[in-house]
Amino acid sequence: MSKRGIVLYLHAHQPYRVRKYSVFDTAVSHDYFDDPDYNCERNNEQVFKKVADKSYRPMNALLEKLLAIHPEFKVSLSITGVFIEQAEKWAPDVLDSFKRMISTGRVEIVAETYYHSLAFFYSMVEFEHQVEAHRNKIRDLFGVETKVFRNTELSYNDSMAKWADEYGFKGILAEGWDPILQWRSPNYVYKPAGTDNIKLLMKNYRLSDDVAFRFGDKNWPDWPLNADTYNSWVNDAITDKEIVNLFMDYETFGEHQWEDTGIFNFYEAFIGKWLENPVNTCYTVSEAIDAFEPVDEISMPYTVTWADTERDLTAWLGNSMQQEALRYIYSMEDDIMRTNDLELIADWRKLQTSDHVYYMCTKWFNDGDVHAYFSPYESPYDAFLYFINVVRDLRWRLYVHHRTGGLNG
Amino acid sequence: MLGWELWPNNSGGLGVACYHMSKALAIAGATIDFVVPYTAEHDVIDYMDVHCATKLSPLERNGLGAYDGKTVIEKELSKADVNNLKDMRGVQKRYVQYVKRLAKVTQPDVIHAHDWLTMEAGMGAKEVCDAPLIVHVHATEFDRSGSDSGNPLIHEIEYQGLMMADRIVAVSNITKNIIVEKYGISADKIEVVHNAIDIVNLNDGYYYDFSTYRYLEALKNEGYTVVLNLTRFTIQKGLVNFVKAAAKACTKFDKLVFLLAGDGEQRDELIRLAADLGISDKIFMTGFIRGKQWRDAYSVSDIFVMSSVSEPFGLTALEAAHHDNAVILTKQSGVGEVLNSVFRYDFWDEDVLADQLIGIATSYVLKKSMQEDVKKEYGRISWHDAAWKLMRIYNDMQRVALS
Repeated sequence: MSKRGIVLYLHAHQPYRVRKYSVFDTAVSHDYFDDPDYNCERNNEQVFKKVADKSYRPMNALLEKLLAIHPEFKVSLSITGVFIEQAEKWAPDVLDSFKRMISTGRVEIVAETYYHSLAFFYSMVEFEHQVEAHRNKIRDLFGVETKVFRNTELSYNDSMAKWADEYGFKGILAEGWDPILQWRSPNYVYKPAGTDNIKLLMKNYRLSDDVAFRFGDKNWPDWPLNADTYNSWVNDAITDKEIVNLFMDYETFGEHQWEDTGIFNFYEAFIGKWLENPVNTCYTVSEAIDAFEPVDEISMPYTVTWADTERDLTAWLGNSMQQEALRYIYSMEDDIMRTNDLELIADWRKLQTSDHVYYMCTKWFNDGDVHAYFSPYESPYDAFLYFINVVRDLRWRLYVHHRTGGLNG
Repeated sequence: MLGWELWPNNSGGLGVACYHMSKALAIAGATIDFVVPYTAEHDVIDYMDVHCATKLSPLERNGLGAYDGKTVIEKELSKADVNNLKDMRGVQKRYVQYVKRLAKVTQPDVIHAHDWLTMEAGMGAKEVCDAPLIVHVHATEFDRSGSDSGNPLIHEIEYQGLMMADRIVAVSNITKNIIVEKYGISADKIEVVHNAIDIVNLNDGYYYDFSTYRYLEALKNEGYTVVLNLTRFTIQKGLVNFVKAAAKACTKFDKLVFLLAGDGEQRDELIRLAADLGISDKIFMTGFIRGKQWRDAYSVSDIFVMSSVSEPFGLTALEAAHHDNAVILTKQSGVGEVLNSVFRYDFWDEDVLADQLIGIATSYVLKKSMQEDVKKEYGRISWHDAAWKLMRIYNDMQRVALS
């Protein structure tokens, strides 16, 4: 019988933020992603280098250390294509470190869309292209095949599971959301409804979010959380069960939770304590799927994500500005593709990154909770304004290329 | 409470604010004697006693002019002739005398004076009854004078009033910062109480009349977007930058018209500027408007811009939100501290304003989102919250006075 184990999965991503691109730039310059002010929070190079120092470098160092001292330590990562592109330019040492980690054979890369997009909900052709582009990039860079899929923001529904099954993935990741699980526990392997071979791993959101969201919160009753306490929580959760899926953003370490909260030391200590007990181990996502048989079938007819208390897509598609922005983008697909202009196609795809519409979210403004609005823009309306100016420039480039059609979409 | 104007008698923003603030204070439990410098009927006011300090009509209260800086006010109060009610300083001297007598008789718990116009009376009242003085700042001479230095005597009166006050209330953090930086007053002494809007008052059976701005309605049918700037045409309001931004926007998107509602000393300059820039046919000047024309100006418009170089608060932005406008504010406008669903720009940044105008005019969803979202927001800003803050300040000061 297989040992019980934790499944650690971390997601690394950085978008190409759009600069303050005004109507006076439209049809004049096409440099959407290069904010001239290096120190502003829209300058992608500056942000990437900052987060590399605060999070990617120290966390990679810690993971390499854990791989070296614990033979049973394993971890799964998803790294978006737009992250890799930026790392190649501004922090190649971070990629070298990932390569060393992967060469141990104990670090698995999870598949996703190259552009961290919501293409699944708009265009299957474009979606599959982005999944394939990501697989190719991972193969070229790290020499490994991806076998397990996760979609942007851990968005998931039955038709996505069916797609992933038919596409040949052996596993897929989703949120372990109570209204779906009901009396069931996320700490098992499941089978998605209506599929043949694929298996489903569901995030244990309580234990994951204790680290990802609550760890440094001094108003949290369990602050400060130490490794012993957390280890006992995980042990309690896994009693008589198989796995605990701890899924979180890579940037949890050092960026969302700063180093001075003690997050790095905590994580190292927790892994040590967990592996001290010989009945415990760590699994990569593929290993967990191979080790256990599904205990039940799970159906999610509606899309569930790992975001907010609603666990839905409202932070990305909840208002009309967000819906229109993506409608404009995806309605250009055919015209963009038949230009065969690689630069134009790449720009169009970078604009599909879900962060752009996230910055247009107004639900916190309407709730009066402006402090919940994390964005490099002054308001959701500014985010939309710059984006729409860029959309018009794309239309202009299409117009110049095809010499047909109007500029109104 | 000491105020130079009070709605509904020929009042500007200060009179409207005083009316609603007093009303909310009365509901919160305050008993108010309100002193105005003129004689008029205040039939609609049954929640406090209104005292008339002179026999002048509301129109005559400023002697020869309003506080637009045109009237030269240079006399010390001691040199003013209390019998010369054609002179602003004469009226103010009479007002001070009246307030002092009233304070002696009524022995108020707190004296609450609005702006420099009544600060001398506030100080006078404090002398005779020893009650704590609250000076409420809606605008300073720095705001009124725009970039130039303003009237030195008014500065002096403001400085003395701010020094003598036991507590200062500012209508925004912008105003608070001016009081700290330009008058050297300690920030600890100043509380910010934002103004609000009385929605009930705006829902008084008003209906929009399409014929008021028939030509603009016709342009809207042709796809034009109407941009409103409703204000006094003075340097403080940043209209030169606004007109330049309008011209810039028109180079990229032609279907914009600009409704400049109001009047003031810059009117001719603005007309010349629009002609120089070649957008005269896109600028509509209404002159001074009130009543229905004033409400309809909001209703005909799609976008409201507050272009002020320095705006302590800016109640018109809330009125515009009520009338379904998308709102654009300068970062130098205090009302921006209570609204989130708006665009902001620095008053000099014409490119940014032009971009924002075109963005709204050319994107239906952006326009609708901003109009709907700001309308949800402004309704939460209530005079009752302002009144409770003021009541707390009153109570704190009485406690200090008693101990």
